[in-house]
Amino acid sequence: MSPELIRLLVQATLDTLTMVALAASLGTLFGLPLGVFLATSRRGELLAAPYANAVLGFVVNATRSTPFIILVVAIIPFTRFVAGTSIGTLAATVPLTVAATPFLARLIEAAIREVDPGLVEAARAFGARPGQIIAKVLIPEALPGIVSGLTLAVVSLLGFSAMVGAVGGGGLGDLGIRYGYQRFRPEMMLAVVVVLVVLVQAVQTVGEGLARRLNRRIRQA
Amino acid sequence: MSVSSICDRPDAAPEALIRFEAVSKTYPPRHNGPAVAALEGIDLSVPTGSILGIIGRSGAGKSTLIRLINGLERPSSGRIWVGDAEVSALRERELRALRARVGMIFQHFNLLSSRDAAGNVALPLELAGWAPAAIRARVGELLALVGLGDQAGRYPAELSGGQKQRVGIARALATRPQVLLSDEATSALDPETTRSILALLRRINRDLGLTIVLITHEMSVVRAVADRVAVIEHGAIVEQGSAFTIFTRPQAGITRSLLAGEMGHGLPPALDARIGAEARPGATVALRIAFADAPDGTAILARLARETGIEAAILAGTVDEIGGRPFGSLAIGLPPGPDVAARARAYLANHGFESQVLGYLPPAQEASRVA
Repeated sequence: MSPELIRLLVQATLDTLTMVALAASLGTLFGLPLGVFLATSRRGELLAAPYANAVLGFVVNATRSTPFIILVVAIIPFTRFVAGTSIGTLAATVPLTVAATPFLARLIEAAIREVDPGLVEAARAFGARPGQIIAKVLIPEALPGIVSGLTLAVVSLLGFSAMVGAVGGGGLGDLGIRYGYQRFRPEMMLAVVVVLVVLVQAVQTVGEGLARRLNRRIRQA
Repeated sequence: MSVSSICDRPDAAPEALIRFEAVSKTYPPRHNGPAVAALEGIDLSVPTGSILGIIGRSGAGKSTLIRLINGLERPSSGRIWVGDAEVSALRERELRALRARVGMIFQHFNLLSSRDAAGNVALPLELAGWAPAAIRARVGELLALVGLGDQAGRYPAELSGGQKQRVGIARALATRPQVLLSDEATSALDPETTRSILALLRRINRDLGLTIVLITHEMSVVRAVADRVAVIEHGAIVEQGSAFTIFTRPQAGITRSLLAGEMGHGLPPALDARIGAEARPGATVALRIAFADAPDGTAILARLARETGIEAAILAGTVDEIGGRPFGSLAIGLPPGPDVAARARAYLANHGFESQVLGYLPPAQEASRVA
């Protein structure tokens, strides 16, 4: 590969990392409260609000069932409103965040539901307020599961990010399509795939390692 | 609900720290089924500084009963008092203040896996808004109190069941409560660990003057620690009194059946199988005599032989103590004879020993054929 192509590959990798990191961070920022609310707002639970739960649950499901490429195009007005433009790496972060948030919310909800209800009861018996139960019991106890969910979400986002080339998002997927496929550069296609494989492996390894270190339920070596 | 409880605070014995008045708890129907009555007409009072054991089979309503004391469950009717506070009338926010005065320990410990022993003990103090330095000092005291001074940095996964329950006890005592609720706290522990945990509860009760309410399905637990016992069945208290009375003179069928196997109330299985209800000629009459507060109880058999000439054989028996008071239960066999049993029972009754006919044992030669 020529130095020019290598420069493109490096730039695309950085774009992808930027998009995925931003979308994962923002997705966690929005997904955490949403996931906590979904997990604790059913009838008879800590923050019982069954109607709000049903409405939010529906919105989350609707977002998750929309194919990502359609979501990207469908929310272009929203993207333009938020990012000022609908084209480019920064703009592509918007649909990625919109896709990541409900996904993360469901993963976080599942992790929180795994927390032993006995721990919530114990915290109540010691006079905890609902906010304290969430901050001191549910989130710390669910943290290993949340980190595993985050790992899964980041890997998915790496895949999704390949599609934002469709709206000029840049990144590895865009590079692979434009150079590898449309310009018949199989070596570029291969390089893109290799970089993605390495990234996924790295994310998975770091994520699993972190989740394991955080998990105090198993005896630490 | 009694009339007095509607008007104002009843003048119950001033030393009663916890009082239940006509408390019922009904769970709303599920899936169009009938409403489930978990508890009905519970009257209970727990004197300050005492240990009350509530015993019953699973599903009898014990868990609901104990959770009414700290407001984790609300009664459908009736009133519950802890000291001056009417728990059943408190709002959620007021209940949180009450809960700092009522500690609780659990069957499955319910420790946070994400916190080490010290962090778990610190939790109620953090919730109550203590300063970090004060929390550190108090946690050190508490872990030392339960014998885990050197385990502060261990996580629950690294502790044994008994150690976990000790952490649970330290956590429950953190805010210096007046009451400790124990929800089957030893049911997941082996017998030896159970003994050490119960000894710890006893010590806490004595040294800190803590009032303890414990629920269990094991008579041995009640026997080891309780001053008073309430027996619960199908959501109602069928019997309550001092531990000694309940153990020595159980009235309700459920109490007797829970006592079976405990304190010589049961018979060895082989003997039990041989005892029949039919009085055949030449059969041995099997009697149970129970004696309490009579250290020389077993001497009654020697006196019986000397004064009436009836020579009884001991079939099974135990001599033990409850709360330091001697208590015994003997199964004896009387020789055949027309009025032997009647004469023996009359003699025993005259000397203050209750007796009860268990049944009849077939004559020796027949017994050996059966065996």
